[in-house]
Amino acid sequence: MATFTECRMVPVLVVWLALCLSGTWAVDRSNFKTCDQSSFCKRQRALKPGESPYRALLETMELTNTRLTLQLINDNNKVRLLLELYRLQGNMTRVKINELKPLKPRYEVPDVLVREPPTEPLSVLSQDENGVVLSLGVESQRVIVSAQPFRLDIVEGHNVLMSLNSRGLLAFEHLRMRKDTQAEPEAENKEEADTAHQAETTKEEEEKVEEGMWEETFKSHSDSKPNGPSAVSLDFSLPGVEHVYGIPEHADTLRLKTTDNGDPYRLYNLDVFQYELYNPMALYGAVPVMLAHNTQRTTGIFWLNAAETWVDISSNTAGKTVFGKMLDYVQGSSETPQTDVRWISESGIIDVFIMLGPTPKDIFSQYASLTGTQSFPPLSSLGYHQCRWNYNDQEDVRSVDAGFDEHDIPYDFIWLDIEHTDGKRYFTWDPHKFASPKDMLQGLKDKKRNMVAIVDPHIKVDSNYKIHNEIRSRGFYVKNKDGGDYEGWCWPGNAGYPDFTQPDMRAWWASMFSYDQYEGSMDNLYTWNDMNEPSVFNGPEVTMHKDAVHGSWEHRDVHNLYGLYVHRATMEGLIQRSGGVERPFVLTRAFFAGSQRYGAVWTGDNAAEWDHLKISIPMCLSLGLVGISFCGADVGGFFKSPSPELLVRWYQTGAYQPFFRAHAHLDTPRREPWLFGPENTALIREVIRQRYTFLPYWYQLFYHAYRTGEPVMRALWVEYPQDPATFAVDDEFLIGRDLLVHPVTEEGARGVTAFLPGKEEVWFDIHTFQKHNGAQNLYIPVTMSSIPVFQRGGSIIPRKLRVRRSSACMEHDPYTLFVALNTRRTAEGELYIDDGHTFNFDNKEFIHRRLFFSNNVLSSVNVAPEAQFTTKSWIERVVILGASKPRKVTLITADGHKSQLDFDFDASVSVLTIRKPSMNAGEDWSMALQ
Amino acid sequence: MFWYLLLLWGGISAVEVQRPRGVPLSKRPFYEENKPFTCLDGSRTIPFDRINDDYCDCQDGSDEPGTAACPNGNFHCTNAGFRPTFIPSSHVNDGICDCCDATDEYNSGAECQNTCRELWRKEKESMQKLAEIAKEGFLLKQQLIQEAKRGLEEKQTKLGEVQNSKKDLETNVEALRTAKEAAEQPEKEAKERHLKAWEEQNAAIRMEKDKVRMAEVFIELDADGDGFVSVAELLSHSEMDPDSSDGSFTEAEAQELLGGVDKVNTAAFETIWSKIREKYVSESNTDGPAPVETPQEEVREPVSDNDSEPYPDDDIPEEEDEDEDEDEDEDMDDGDYKSPPVTRTDEKKDDSEEGAMPPYDQETQNLIDAAQKARNEFEEAERALREVDDQIRNLEKEISFDFGPSSEFAYLYSQCYELTTGEYVYRLCPFNRVSQKPKYGGSETNLGTWGKWAGPEGNVYSVMKYEQGTGCWQGPNRSTTVKLTCGKETVVTSTSEPSRCEYLMEFTSPAVCQEAPDLEVSDIHEEL
Repeated sequence: MATFTECRMVPVLVVWLALCLSGTWAVDRSNFKTCDQSSFCKRQRALKPGESPYRALLETMELTNTRLTLQLINDNNKVRLLLELYRLQGNMTRVKINELKPLKPRYEVPDVLVREPPTEPLSVLSQDENGVVLSLGVESQRVIVSAQPFRLDIVEGHNVLMSLNSRGLLAFEHLRMRKDTQAEPEAENKEEADTAHQAETTKEEEEKVEEGMWEETFKSHSDSKPNGPSAVSLDFSLPGVEHVYGIPEHADTLRLKTTDNGDPYRLYNLDVFQYELYNPMALYGAVPVMLAHNTQRTTGIFWLNAAETWVDISSNTAGKTVFGKMLDYVQGSSETPQTDVRWISESGIIDVFIMLGPTPKDIFSQYASLTGTQSFPPLSSLGYHQCRWNYNDQEDVRSVDAGFDEHDIPYDFIWLDIEHTDGKRYFTWDPHKFASPKDMLQGLKDKKRNMVAIVDPHIKVDSNYKIHNEIRSRGFYVKNKDGGDYEGWCWPGNAGYPDFTQPDMRAWWASMFSYDQYEGSMDNLYTWNDMNEPSVFNGPEVTMHKDAVHGSWEHRDVHNLYGLYVHRATMEGLIQRSGGVERPFVLTRAFFAGSQRYGAVWTGDNAAEWDHLKISIPMCLSLGLVGISFCGADVGGFFKSPSPELLVRWYQTGAYQPFFRAHAHLDTPRREPWLFGPENTALIREVIRQRYTFLPYWYQLFYHAYRTGEPVMRALWVEYPQDPATFAVDDEFLIGRDLLVHPVTEEGARGVTAFLPGKEEVWFDIHTFQKHNGAQNLYIPVTMSSIPVFQRGGSIIPRKLRVRRSSACMEHDPYTLFVALNTRRTAEGELYIDDGHTFNFDNKEFIHRRLFFSNNVLSSVNVAPEAQFTTKSWIERVVILGASKPRKVTLITADGHKSQLDFDFDASVSVLTIRKPSMNAGEDWSMALQ
Repeated sequence: MFWYLLLLWGGISAVEVQRPRGVPLSKRPFYEENKPFTCLDGSRTIPFDRINDDYCDCQDGSDEPGTAACPNGNFHCTNAGFRPTFIPSSHVNDGICDCCDATDEYNSGAECQNTCRELWRKEKESMQKLAEIAKEGFLLKQQLIQEAKRGLEEKQTKLGEVQNSKKDLETNVEALRTAKEAAEQPEKEAKERHLKAWEEQNAAIRMEKDKVRMAEVFIELDADGDGFVSVAELLSHSEMDPDSSDGSFTEAEAQELLGGVDKVNTAAFETIWSKIREKYVSESNTDGPAPVETPQEEVREPVSDNDSEPYPDDDIPEEEDEDEDEDEDEDMDDGDYKSPPVTRTDEKKDDSEEGAMPPYDQETQNLIDAAQKARNEFEEAERALREVDDQIRNLEKEISFDFGPSSEFAYLYSQCYELTTGEYVYRLCPFNRVSQKPKYGGSETNLGTWGKWAGPEGNVYSVMKYEQGTGCWQGPNRSTTVKLTCGKETVVTSTSEPSRCEYLMEFTSPAVCQEAPDLEVSDIHEEL
């Protein structure tokens, strides 16, 4: 759902009303800060590259087995910093910089790392008065610490992989006493203070007191900044790199752009009303992780800081034409391409993880070892989700549910937005419209379907509301700067915001999801956390005041973490209500590094426009690169109304993206799949059914994502890292490594040109089984029913072709194996089966088999012999693409029994269909083509 | 191969009909036991043992009528005791009971009860209930049709009457118009006479006053009291400088003003008085207009203040001339203080100095009264004619309105029906408009005005459409679809807003009842 778009609901909020009345279809940029309007960003960005004032004091160096510490001094102001350097297991280096003696502790982000990262020994290779050389162990990797000016270079052999502070942009605003208040620290009279401290800039200190250091205003909002300036900044140089990715969430291309001519990319979780595309403005979530890639290597930078953060990117090749680059290459005269990156955060410390790859998959596992992997979702949540703001009442839910059956369209989840509650009091139901929620849920359960109801983190201030009373009496609300409960405007009107950073608050919140607390809930009711940036309609930039207080920290320090904590507490609630048995499903809008552990995210309040359909691809690809695989965009577009053509194309795209949910704004006409005439209904039905046939593959990919951190929806360069032609592709994508999808995202398209990667590869159209060679741009004529999707030669994909009302209805159905042969006439794939909804897979209750085809024999072998699980599912069909006609096909089962199988061969497309081998999917077997 | 044993009870003996599972009796001949089966689309022929072997061989799904193997197949539920039906193959053995005879879940472990008889009983009950309603409703409908017929006739009669009376009225209006015009001519002449006499009188008074003032000015100007006004004396009144812009009042100019001589006596002064009259400012300055102005403003103030209350025509009998009327109108316009009332006040000065016009003499007044009476009578007649016109329009509209094939919906015309929900009172005024009003105060919202009958073909009178209601923010104008179902009562039974600003209202009325359906011929599959 939902930014704050509904005028009639918030009549009290004047600003909001004005916004409504303006009625334009674009973000109101003036509601959000530019770098110039964010005083620390302006201050830091004013620093230009040059010689760093920082010097490493080598005599302070201490080296234990796992840690090197060293003091840095700023020669301008003599403030000392403490540098810590760790070599982490898995080819990572961690660099931490904090003040040596801060006036008070600075915030270090907790709860994001899954554990204290295990270290490996560091050793000094050499040392002199200019610096120290440390060994990183593997592959002759070293860290060179230069003393004056201070810089770090990570090198491998003769190549510099990455340099820190090489442009001298390390900056650390030390905490300080406010000069004008030093004499009487109690006096907090701001007006006086302002004039006073401006008059007093000439003291002995080297640093000027600049505007915005101790107080800053934006529009009508004022930030009291009691701790004064506290920003941190550091630059990274990436020699040989021309492509950088990540740092979601932005509505921008997959490949990040240079920011020299505009604002930096901003990371600050915000509820942006009607966001614009292709710009670096902050959106709902933030993952401060950047990947750098060239044909040789992939590296990553994880900047662990939860405060407002800006990232500048510049490149010495940006703006050069391909011809110019070629000329440089031919003449051999050019400098090496290089990308320079600079991170600026408002508070906290510098805590950065340098992931050295070298492959993209190494980066995924390195990052996963730090922040964890994608949670393994219930199988049903990979089905289709039907959402709308709002399904009006139980009867509406019932009739939409019946509509799916009537039109023979499968779905797994129907969603309820904010209007289902009793006056926007979450955990309650509207007593008239949803008078008997359990009857409704049981009705869905009878069809093996589920529901999601929204639970937002803003709590209506109402002394008759149990949730509010408990939070207030337990002191769980975020406080304002004066110590009272922080209150802001959101959907319910005046609302409090629980302090999810407190573990005991989260535990209490989780307990609210137990069946006896959450009245009307059942085990097929799941949860959606919206507005958790947090959204505060009357707050600065529609979010919480930075000087609000979370325990001993300011909101400034924890802002980007808030949504993650809400998501986490909710997920824990869903786990606990089932006694730890059932897997949860929770969707969130706001997120941070580590949010992948808690569930799914979506790209927020998009619009029914073709460009919004297009941008869903890079937005989800970027999230996948930084660990968040369970990503989707509102199918159809949230704001405005899609044309039937756009809606159909969006379904066709969404069906091949991980989180597949249609959603619509309250003010838009209804758009259930059958409301656009029989032709469009048939098109939508067909594509949703395709989704369901691929569920075994999706499920297996999510199992992998859970185990390894590899993205489910993948940028092409991840699988073809040495082919520069893939590096900037973001109009198509891979699912796993075996399905290539090039959705039609142009209005009135008659054809698309898909890039089929891989010199050695062949690709099979999944609809026609036509074979195409890799490493080519293929023009594909399209009609409204076309969804260009290709299966990679060399892969085996298990599918279930008996599409039923919901994924659970298909549980025991048989598999069809699609074996696509490569040029070497081999193929391999996997089959993963478990109960689909519990954590029992963690207790080895699953089937995991490797399927491979070589020498004309297709076999299934157990890759998890220690695991135990039985299935009723069997193999009903094997379809071999790119086959030649055999004389006979023999099945050999585990007990050695041989039998001849019937088959069909379609010579026109070289497809062999083996009829009904009938072996159980969990058993060993092989099949010989003779 | 799954065989399906169907037991059909007929009287006292059971008949067994063997056929593959999921095949309806009508298609049984296509599935001949132990003979090759040709897919019903003719696409291929397969051995009989591939029927219902849980693998899809036919593109049309016809080889798997009893399993879920084909994506496009259908399963036939016999549903003995109820209505037979087809379900999609995908519903076979999916753990959800779809056939009331439970035959679709033969291998899923789902525990399905045979509910056919229960369903039949319930359906029979509800159909009976419906039939009763329909029966009574249909009777009521006949009455409605009769009433509508009568109503229509009445209206047509009425229309005829009214049309006749319209002719009389038209004649009457014309006669009264002539009478009015005849009465107004002498009135106008008499009023003009009166006005003229008054103006002449005023002019005489003004002239007298001017003379007095001239004498006063002469004495004032003649500072040395020698009986002459000299150039020097004149120069002390710089306001009389004929070209005041140059700022100097020269002797030559003064001399010119005095007609070229150095001084003038009272008689000669008369000739130059007209030149200086407007400019001259008295030294004592006692007779300026200011004191007069103030009370005038006070008098006028309440008038301009009172702009919300239009001038009642009757309060201004036609005793003032037309200029006066215009002036009054201006007052009303200026009532909101947008422009200061000063200019107007100045204009009024003369009148007030000269006093109000004296009342009309009796003769004139009689003429005025007679004309007013003629006017009133004429207007009254015109009003009556307009009313009749409205009446005719309304009657014609109602007569030509589409109230259904037998005008059975005519009784809804100019009625309104309300339904109160948790938040709102909904109001349906058929053939007019639908509206919504918050229960606890707030203004009414138009959810659409009468558009058209919008039922499906063959049943056009089952749905009403009301369109072009109040606009929605960033959305369409509100509209309402009213679905009519048969009922004894005429009531709004429910309202909803399935999509933003598109309302749905359910409405029962006997007018939609059809002749009671014959239960016995319905497709209920009772015991054979």
